[in-house]
Amino acid sequence: MLIKLTGGKVYDPENGVSGVVRDIYVENGRIVAPRPDAKPDQTHDVSGKVVMAGAIDPHTHIGGGKMTIARMLLPEDHMGDPVARTDITRAGCGHAVPSTHLTGYRYAEMGYTACFEPAMLPANARQAHMEMGDTPMVDKGAFAMLGSDDYFLRQLSEKKDFEAIKDYVAWTMHASQAIAVKVVNPGGISAFKFNQRKLDLDEEHAYYGVTPRQIIVNLARALKELGVTHPLHIHGCNLGVPGNMQTTLDTIRASEGLPIHLTHIQFHSYGTEGDRKFSSAAPQITELLNKTPNVSIDVGQVLFGQTCTASGDSMRQYAISKSANPKKPVVMDIECDAGCGVVPMRYRDKSFVNALQWVIGLETFLMFDDPWRLFLTTDHPNGAPFYTYPHLIRLLMDKSFRDDMFQTINGDAQKQSILPTLTREYTLDDIAILTRAGPARSLGLKDRGHLGVGAAGDITVYTDNPDREAMFQTPEMVFKGGELIVRNGKVVKVVQGGTHVARPDYDKGIEKSLKDYFDRFHTMRMDNFKVSDEEIVTGDKGSVIVQPTGPRVS
Amino acid sequence: MPPAGGSAARVGAPSPFLTRVMTRRRESCFRTPSRAILDLAFLGNSHIMSSPPVLFHDVACPFCGMICDDLEVERAADGLKVRRSGCGRAASAFERKLPPSSPMIAGKDVPFAEAVAEAARLIGSASQPLYGGLATDVEGMRAVMALAERTGGVVDHAASGAQYRNFKVLQSVGWTMSTLTEVRNRADLVIIAGTDVQALHPRFFERIVAPAESMFGVTPKDRTVVVIGEGLEKAAKAARVGKVVSLACKPTEVGEVVGVLRARLRGFSLDKVKFGGVTLAEIDTVAELCRAAQYGVVVWAPAAFDFPHAELTVDQLAGLVKDLNPTTRFAGLTLGGAEGATTAASVATWQSGYPLRVSYASGAAEFDPARNDIARMLKAGEGDLLVWVASYSPDFVPPRTDLPTIVLGTPGLKPPKGTQVFVPVGTPGVDHAGRLIRVDSVVSLPLKNLGRAALPSVADVVSAIEAAL
Repeated sequence: MLIKLTGGKVYDPENGVSGVVRDIYVENGRIVAPRPDAKPDQTHDVSGKVVMAGAIDPHTHIGGGKMTIARMLLPEDHMGDPVARTDITRAGCGHAVPSTHLTGYRYAEMGYTACFEPAMLPANARQAHMEMGDTPMVDKGAFAMLGSDDYFLRQLSEKKDFEAIKDYVAWTMHASQAIAVKVVNPGGISAFKFNQRKLDLDEEHAYYGVTPRQIIVNLARALKELGVTHPLHIHGCNLGVPGNMQTTLDTIRASEGLPIHLTHIQFHSYGTEGDRKFSSAAPQITELLNKTPNVSIDVGQVLFGQTCTASGDSMRQYAISKSANPKKPVVMDIECDAGCGVVPMRYRDKSFVNALQWVIGLETFLMFDDPWRLFLTTDHPNGAPFYTYPHLIRLLMDKSFRDDMFQTINGDAQKQSILPTLTREYTLDDIAILTRAGPARSLGLKDRGHLGVGAAGDITVYTDNPDREAMFQTPEMVFKGGELIVRNGKVVKVVQGGTHVARPDYDKGIEKSLKDYFDRFHTMRMDNFKVSDEEIVTGDKGSVIVQPTGPRVS
Repeated sequence: MPPAGGSAARVGAPSPFLTRVMTRRRESCFRTPSRAILDLAFLGNSHIMSSPPVLFHDVACPFCGMICDDLEVERAADGLKVRRSGCGRAASAFERKLPPSSPMIAGKDVPFAEAVAEAARLIGSASQPLYGGLATDVEGMRAVMALAERTGGVVDHAASGAQYRNFKVLQSVGWTMSTLTEVRNRADLVIIAGTDVQALHPRFFERIVAPAESMFGVTPKDRTVVVIGEGLEKAAKAARVGKVVSLACKPTEVGEVVGVLRARLRGFSLDKVKFGGVTLAEIDTVAELCRAAQYGVVVWAPAAFDFPHAELTVDQLAGLVKDLNPTTRFAGLTLGGAEGATTAASVATWQSGYPLRVSYASGAAEFDPARNDIARMLKAGEGDLLVWVASYSPDFVPPRTDLPTIVLGTPGLKPPKGTQVFVPVGTPGVDHAGRLIRVDSVVSLPLKNLGRAALPSVADVVSAIEAAL
């Protein structure tokens, strides 16, 4: 079937197209070269509308045990937001931690066609994929968490051959069906199990004697040499600690030119100035980042209201559990593999700390030069639920709106902030990069995030409304694989997206050592640990899409 | 319909018979769809096993919440035999001989399609169907959720009464927990509260409390087990851990004893010296053990506290962990989770937003753990149809009720009098492949199809019913 979108203003930064009026043709789910002579089966007149590729969220906690703990924990979050089933959609509920089906519908209704779960514990990978399987509409993918798992820490402390570390990293990506690898509080989740309460970049793990710096460098190098497109996704040490800016600056320097991604950097950009010993370090951090092209970031913007933080960082989540609101934190030590912490949180605009977090996120957005290295996230649900993105986009695109909002926050935070002096306003091109082209490029999704020939027919059409929040809130049309799935911000057809994975080469010989490790120490057999393709697609849950990796080098 | 023998390489793959009937579906291993299979009355498993023996390795056992997956099970002409690593409970469950079983309407054998049509008719005309039991796997639970939502039903697992002692604490104050592998390698102090762990999980001591080897060099003799309860120290002593301390008290007294322990850890003096048969001196000994532990774990199964407001006991246990964590490391480990209880709660939570006890009467999920307790509803005469799912144990029968009842049960389960429709279903991990979530709510295990019997899965039957609505 040939579909034509005619007359739209196309923003497709990957292909250097900026607001140009052009027709887009989709056939059999893919964008094809213009065929002005052909008679399309469907024509959509989108004259005057803004046309972009479907948006991609490269860091959103949508599936896995910690989300289901959060869901279980917060019935009050759900009761106020019930959604009944319709003839085509399933029932659901949820504000901060929506049910799975509703997560898929709401993302699609906001113009998103792909979402990536950034913290999949390998020990919990099967469940993460089951939950993502129950998240319709969007493509999915997940980052395997490594760096506090005992197998890797043993490899590192025993100074195993680096090729074996690479084999293990690649094996884990295969076994857990991951597209990338994330490290969370490197070594710190494990150190917390040994009763260490903090682990700075060069501090030694009490049992293994290794440091976060060593963990980061080894994992980053392993991924680079394995040819995995997305660089090591780093949730650094000391999340949320006043003064953690120094750790963050040191982490940026520690990368030694290796590609790395620093996630939710807002939570890692805190200074200790001022009466309350808490200040924005966004200027210092962005200054270094602007000179460090090997590092990409996402922000993890805080927006005000009730949410729930959910993280693999059991050490830091335990530390902030005193701030839980409502007061019911959950912390877990998990399977000699990782951990998690789920802490409900209410960010208040009149709170000095919360207001400053809001400011720091926005300062980071506005002072970081290169939109190709910056992704728009709230670290859903940690900074705010994902459906606040349109509000965040307006804050970035509309200086006067931003100034109005700024007037409403805690006065002391206002006094400390340089935000009013930052005059930058994001353009539609910038937004298309932050929410489409950049994440696709970074994740290695060659046929996503753009509208060139051969790209997937994942397309979002917006009304060009000067109120950018309203514009991005309610796209007029969303297409997934060429099918119209959302009209006027409502799901009109339910589809099942694919699951993106990457499968770097590894020496199967690593399984000898792994099998021994599982048999001796684990409560699960190595072969049962692995998640099969069949499990992901079972029950018509979509498909597995293997994204290419580069050649393995040493 | 003999499933021909397979080589080791084919272990876990569906039998050729099943493969044949599955070809219409793109995906295979978790759904054994199949009009063909469904149209056959099941004639007992002696009938279908005439092939050479096949040995299955790394078999996950679905019969308790620990889901040990190191079993070796052989399928031979006379049925399944657990060859390695199974406990007595696993052996009797895997090796149970299935009696012949047929779909039935009002006690009379009927073809599968007729049973499904009648079930669909009953469900379609019910205004508040109750979906209970729910002893199934992930796919079965997914199918039940879809049907319940579509038919305005109530969803609740038979073990919710116990699970809710935990959920109430979680939803009120949160907690800090651990998982099986973590405890196996790390715990030097295991406090077992009120729970006969050996009866619930016969391999818990062998695999978790006192494994011969652990990652951080914690040997069995380095480990201390404290049992708070009566008659529970025998299994701990048999495990040959370094030290066993017993605080003998009734399950109803565990909360008080732990409360005193918490008070002593906080440095309070008390004027009472005996608490339900336990002396203050004994409690002080345990307080010292807690302070000295590197990684202490408080273990309980909520089913052990079967008395009103037992969530307050669980609250004390979670509170003990909370009190100790500022200085040392402690975590809880909750046990139980048989009959797919953890799976049912998890799937219900991610799909509906709530851990069971959900009503879809309005089309949206309404959560009320008191009102939507199916055991209570049946007693109070609420609801107008019971749909009972029991795919593991033949003893998992529905509670007494006057409501018309549909039972999806493993062969051998005796449907109570008045059952309108009975459909025999396979057991996940025995008769078909599947997935099950372990009691720690973190790890899930793939279940193999051991080819015991050609029976439809719960997911197959429920999906067929939904399609027939």
